[in-house]
Amino acid sequence: MNAAVSDTVDQVQSVEKYKYGFVTDIEADQAPKGLNEDIIRFISAKKEEPEWLLEWRLKAYAHWLTMEEPHWPKVTYPPIDYQDSYYYSAPKSPDEGPESLDDVDPELLATYEKLGIPLYEQEVLAGVKNVAVDAVFDSVSVATTFKDALAKEGVIFCPISEAVKEHPELVKQYLGSVVPYSDNYFATLNSAVFTDGSFVYIPKGVNCPMELSTYFRINASNTGQFERTLIIADEGSHVSYLEGCTAPMRDENQLHAAVVELVVLDDADIKYSTVQNWYPGDENGVGGIYNFVTKRAACRGKNSKVSWTQVETGSAITWKYPSCILQGDNSVGEFYSVAITNNYQQADTGTKMIHLGKNTSSRIIAKGISAGKSQSTYRGLVKMMPKAEGARNHTQCDSLLIGKECGAHTVPYIESRNKSAKVEHEATTSKIGDDQLFYCRQRGISEEEAVALIVNGFCREVMQELPMEFAVEAQKLVGISLEGSVG
Amino acid sequence: MLEIKNLHAKVGDTEILKGLSLNIEAGQVHAIMGPNGAGKSTLSYVLSGRDGYEVTAGSVTYKGKDLLTMEPEVRAGEGVFLAFQYPVEIPGVSTMNFLKAAVNSVRKYRGESEFDAMDFLKFVREQTKILNINDEMLKRAVNVGFSGGEKKRAEVLQMAVLNPSFAVLDETDSGLDVDALRIVGEGVTALRSPDRSMLVITHYQRLLDYIVPDMVHVLADGKIVDTGDKNLAIELEKNGYANYAEAAA
Repeated sequence: MNAAVSDTVDQVQSVEKYKYGFVTDIEADQAPKGLNEDIIRFISAKKEEPEWLLEWRLKAYAHWLTMEEPHWPKVTYPPIDYQDSYYYSAPKSPDEGPESLDDVDPELLATYEKLGIPLYEQEVLAGVKNVAVDAVFDSVSVATTFKDALAKEGVIFCPISEAVKEHPELVKQYLGSVVPYSDNYFATLNSAVFTDGSFVYIPKGVNCPMELSTYFRINASNTGQFERTLIIADEGSHVSYLEGCTAPMRDENQLHAAVVELVVLDDADIKYSTVQNWYPGDENGVGGIYNFVTKRAACRGKNSKVSWTQVETGSAITWKYPSCILQGDNSVGEFYSVAITNNYQQADTGTKMIHLGKNTSSRIIAKGISAGKSQSTYRGLVKMMPKAEGARNHTQCDSLLIGKECGAHTVPYIESRNKSAKVEHEATTSKIGDDQLFYCRQRGISEEEAVALIVNGFCREVMQELPMEFAVEAQKLVGISLEGSVG
Repeated sequence: MLEIKNLHAKVGDTEILKGLSLNIEAGQVHAIMGPNGAGKSTLSYVLSGRDGYEVTAGSVTYKGKDLLTMEPEVRAGEGVFLAFQYPVEIPGVSTMNFLKAAVNSVRKYRGESEFDAMDFLKFVREQTKILNINDEMLKRAVNVGFSGGEKKRAEVLQMAVLNPSFAVLDETDSGLDVDALRIVGEGVTALRSPDRSMLVITHYQRLLDYIVPDMVHVLADGKIVDTGDKNLAIELEKNGYANYAEAAA
């Protein structure tokens, strides 16, 4: 029997297994605990996916079994039991939510209050029963206007599971083309079991008429712990995408392993902004999300550009390196990052800029703020390949320490294989001075407010890259994340 | 307004203030002069509540309240202002934002409504006009890259917008050339009012040409050793502190 035939036989056999296995009941709301091929078939069947996607998932799963969890980041956590998790559960029905805001954790509400989130949005965020999601946008008409405006320009913005059905040619062409299924342990796991995420396609020459935000479809689809996002900017198009939410997100799933792929063609650009505020665990380091994310952009076309901006304040552990592959001549990659850790949080984050094309350029500004007993690491790679004539990079890494028990680390890797390429790296480490705090307090500003003010000043270059509607809330979030870090 | 009685304070194990007493009435400007190491800056930090300055005896009563038990930001809310000898840099925070945060904090403390961005801009511009300060300064980060003169003018601007009842000016003349000294001196003089008291701490008499004091005190070895009117400052300029150093020792 040749290999192709045996593959087919295997597949038929596994289909049989699926057909008669427990998972035939696709009405079930939850797959049992654990991870195996049947679970993956169950997810794929639930999503009514085409055969090619199921095969892709299975290939990823088979590869994942051969891999080992990476331990090179500067983070520590107890071993993860991958068989002790649920990999599919249907979104909770709205009837399971709290009756009203009176039933919601007061601590959560206090944070909403500080962020200045309007009451009806608080209800949606807290999952209060029977609140119309449209209320977030004030009225149904706003949501409709939003959809109409996008449709008129030919912009596709929908859950990726819907895109698989409605635009299979685009998904098939680009899914896994930036982050292949075999890329790394967590991305491979995501490829096998991803449940949903966003899909965006901006047609040639279109300037997307509005900021695309996952916020717009909060609760509309429960993207879960293995989110998959794919954004394609066709030639000459422009789009700004906002991910996340400044309001704290509670999630019972500890492990989050998302994948984001961006594809940028000639003369196009994508601006991708993230505010991450997942549950960081309590002040003793109990609980909290493990956020192991793979984000990568392929600047395939000439003069293409990607700009990553991230404000990371949540999660017990953050492990992410939004990267740019600068393939097209004159393409540009930017990375602006603020990572705040407090209490026992750990963050190992940075970026990779891979310069392939001529005259490609990249800019990195990373601001790490550590407080409490937390550890924050900037880890970055700048790589100039032999054909990257005239390529250049500028990196600036600044660390700010609050208190005596935290740590900040900077690990820059630089590889240059082209003599005409220029790479610059600057790094600073500083502390919030007692004299700065006293100066603020003498002017009537409370100690906590003073910390927020000083830290926001330290992050200003990154904060100003955020779209306006995010920036104000993000500034408040900086203060909230550092509460209790002094005094 | 302010009554200091037998104040003793130490920094670490060293006693710096050794029984200082002083009484300042509303609307008065008092000057404290003295040699280096007499305890002038310690007095300003004790009055504003900086950590590390421990009061071991005595009392400070401000508007009938015990000042020493208040946190620094509460003192600011109550109307105590310190113009720093060395104003502190806060990178990335515009002077405008800093002023707004400060003014709204004290307004909140005083039970007044907070300014929104537009109203605040109008309010600050009135003050910069009176003090003859270029609005461009407001856009720059707090004290970052400011010349000595700019820093001191920014302190005077902060004093103006925070509207204190009692202001301590700690060696406001240090690091200023003659022109800057005149501008700052005139700015402070413009802020004199019947319900505002000031304590001007200085090493040299020259600042007092522009800010004419009601009373002059000589501080030596942690105590007030002499008190007089503005002519005392002129005498000191002529004769130096040598006599007092002997008296204190």
